[in-house]
Amino acid sequence: MKTIPLAIIGAGPAGMAAARTAARHGLRPVVFDEQPAPGGQIYRALESTPLRDPELLGQDYWHGRSLIEALRREPVDYRPGHMVWQLTRAGEIGVLAGDTAALIRAERVVLATGAQERPFPVPGWTLPGVMGAGAAQVLLKTSGVVARAPMILAGSGPLLYLVAVQYLRAGASVAAILETTPQENRRLALAHIGGAIRGWRYLRKGAGLLRELKRAGVRHERHVVALRAEGEEALTGVGWRTAERPDDWQHCEATTLLLHHGVVPNVQMTRALGGEHDWSEQQLCWRPRRDAFGRSDIENFFIAGDGGGIGGARAAQLQGELAALAALESLGHIDGPTLAREAAPVRRKLDAELVVRPFLDALYRPGDSWRRPDDEVVVCRCEEISAGEIRRVARLGCAGPNQMKSFTRCGMGPCQGRLCGLTVSEILAAENGQSLEQTGYYRLRPPFKPITLGQLASAAGDAPGAPAWNETETAS
Amino acid sequence: MERDRDRFVKPTALVIGGGLHGASAATQLARSGFRVTVVEKNYAGRHASGVNAGGVRRLGRHPAEIPLAVAALERWQRLEALIGDDGGFHPCGQIKVAENDENMARLVSRAAEVRELGFDHEITLSRDELRRRVPAVAPHCVGALACDGDGAANPYRTLTAWRRQSQREGAIWREGVRVTRVDRAPGGGWRLSTDHPDLPGLDADWLINCAGGWAGELCGALDECVAMQAQALMLTITERVTPFLGPVIGSASRALSFKQMDNGSVMIGGGIAGCIDTGGERADVRLAGLAENVQTALGLFPFMRDVRVVRTWAGIEGVTGDGIPVLGLSWRHPRLIHSFGYSAHGFQLSAITGEIVRDLALEREPALPIAPFDIRRFDSSSAAARASHTH
Repeated sequence: MKTIPLAIIGAGPAGMAAARTAARHGLRPVVFDEQPAPGGQIYRALESTPLRDPELLGQDYWHGRSLIEALRREPVDYRPGHMVWQLTRAGEIGVLAGDTAALIRAERVVLATGAQERPFPVPGWTLPGVMGAGAAQVLLKTSGVVARAPMILAGSGPLLYLVAVQYLRAGASVAAILETTPQENRRLALAHIGGAIRGWRYLRKGAGLLRELKRAGVRHERHVVALRAEGEEALTGVGWRTAERPDDWQHCEATTLLLHHGVVPNVQMTRALGGEHDWSEQQLCWRPRRDAFGRSDIENFFIAGDGGGIGGARAAQLQGELAALAALESLGHIDGPTLAREAAPVRRKLDAELVVRPFLDALYRPGDSWRRPDDEVVVCRCEEISAGEIRRVARLGCAGPNQMKSFTRCGMGPCQGRLCGLTVSEILAAENGQSLEQTGYYRLRPPFKPITLGQLASAAGDAPGAPAWNETETAS
Repeated sequence: MERDRDRFVKPTALVIGGGLHGASAATQLARSGFRVTVVEKNYAGRHASGVNAGGVRRLGRHPAEIPLAVAALERWQRLEALIGDDGGFHPCGQIKVAENDENMARLVSRAAEVRELGFDHEITLSRDELRRRVPAVAPHCVGALACDGDGAANPYRTLTAWRRQSQREGAIWREGVRVTRVDRAPGGGWRLSTDHPDLPGLDADWLINCAGGWAGELCGALDECVAMQAQALMLTITERVTPFLGPVIGSASRALSFKQMDNGSVMIGGGIAGCIDTGGERADVRLAGLAENVQTALGLFPFMRDVRVVRTWAGIEGVTGDGIPVLGLSWRHPRLIHSFGYSAHGFQLSAITGEIVRDLALEREPALPIAPFDIRRFDSSSAAARASHTH
């Protein structure tokens, strides 16, 4: 098995910034990117998007250009289309490229695996036509595809407005925005208004998006307290109730419903590695433990970007620089004083970048009833386990998500618990009167994403004919 | 008043390890009048007992294990009546496939060997008969050894059923409690110290070692000689595919266990060891070993090549130096019984081992031969003693 000094997993802002920092210090990192081109989710398909009009996707999107250019220019071994499906504490990385699985060992690993959308289970969310707003945005960036009208967006958080505006600009017809932000959030967020004022850029952007939606005449329903996707074979409409009219189901026809309740760290890899995770009550998610430089509690592993807690793209970029510096220092490639000197300005910028977070987190915090849905709602889509079944098994004495798997197969399907993990932990904690820490989370097992038996067999390590790690290959 | 009197009259037993063998022993001991406490450092079935491949197999057993496996199957067939749930047991049969004539010759002589021991459960299958039973098998396979009536069950469900039954019989389970020290108590019993603040000490007349992957550690504390290693045995499971396979498939020449479950997903194992981290509580899969295991499976079922793996894992199990368990009384300490080291094939036997432990604790001769599982086989200094004792 070949050993490399530094592997970076992911090529969003954190991964690209880490790669650039390492390369500028004379160390050529290997970047494994599951996607066909750099940018991660935020700068997805930036080099190839058919939507070239800079106004359409907005300047925050095009900000990614300098990072991508650096990745292409600097001495970085960038490997697009390389999915990491397994990772061990010893730094063994199982990589799948095309139909070939290979094993590589890295002395240091920077995990820059970003965020995923928070699960948003409502009645009917498994119907064709219902998808995450983030996923819909990926479609838009990659292909310029505009979902068939009429579409409805429901949920909470800045991305919801952004996606609505981007779709409007691309020519879609947005029938309604159903905002689920609880009424009291505004008051609770005011406690953090100081940070918000210093992070004025975000507020200004949000206000601009709202104005644009209003100008376009998009119906905007606030204080939605219940939501359901309707249809038999596919989505035909959306029903909702508001705090002001709690007994009336209102209704609107739609063939597309985009759901969004913010993003949470993608912890598949840090969980599989067995690192410690803390429950963040502020962000309502698990955060892998890391220090100010991104050093995790797993030796030789570093965490950069939203995978360690949601801070946004700019923060992720700075964290990528810090994690790379820390990795270089631990490899002996730079010394302690150099690390301290180079990190200091980055850390100052990072602090300034994060100051708005407590305000945003409080303002867009999804209410309890959204995170712990009613009994009839399907929670685990792969194995079709409802919230009621989870509560029933909890009453039988099931204390944690791993026992839940053994009882019901909940979380054991192809999505590896991505779409139900948070919901299951939150329901169990509430049902058992325990904290989230006591309740815990799924033990994650490889593969992180499904690979075929044929692909797995191709990694038969020491067997003759096994694919060797191709040293000369550089894709860029 | 009744309970207080019990306290003085009933003998007490402490079972260390809340796995299948611990739960089976606890059930039988409690039913026979012992006051039983099971101490489990994590939760019931956390390791091998909860996450094994679920094979209910007499096929290919070590000769010493055959009588136990035959008796165990009889319990499996009426498990629901015994413990209130059938554990998901399906008697779909087990088949060991020969990939060439040399393999087949070995299977034929194995069948003869089993018949000579007085058992008739293993039968050879011709190429045509194999094809009829397993149409999906690769065409190069020349025949097989089969065991009708064997099958597979759901491990965690089975464990839960045994645990519940033991509780109905009166056993107390203490999960999340780790034994930190074992001492002899005055009067011939045992005193255990634990890491749990509410349970600093536990006393009992009998101590039952069902500690699975951790049994070797416990033996060390008890000054017992045993050649045993904790191993993390790996399994792979695929997405659901259209039903194509009834029986559980093994290979005559390679490590493999291959079966399709009720929901359509396929489980691939074969006792291939993964890694255990230094703390000993975490099992990790070893990529190269998994890849080889999957390659073996694809050799027999090449059409599975494009089926996706959804999950791989490893469960920690105690594996002995000679691959058969330790089941019997200690010769170093009175009132100590061992039941561990099932070496990745203890799931089926768990239906009978509790009865043997019960017989030993009642100080009567077990109904089945257990001399080959005597712990003294690992103690060279007592080899002579064993020779004189067994015959």
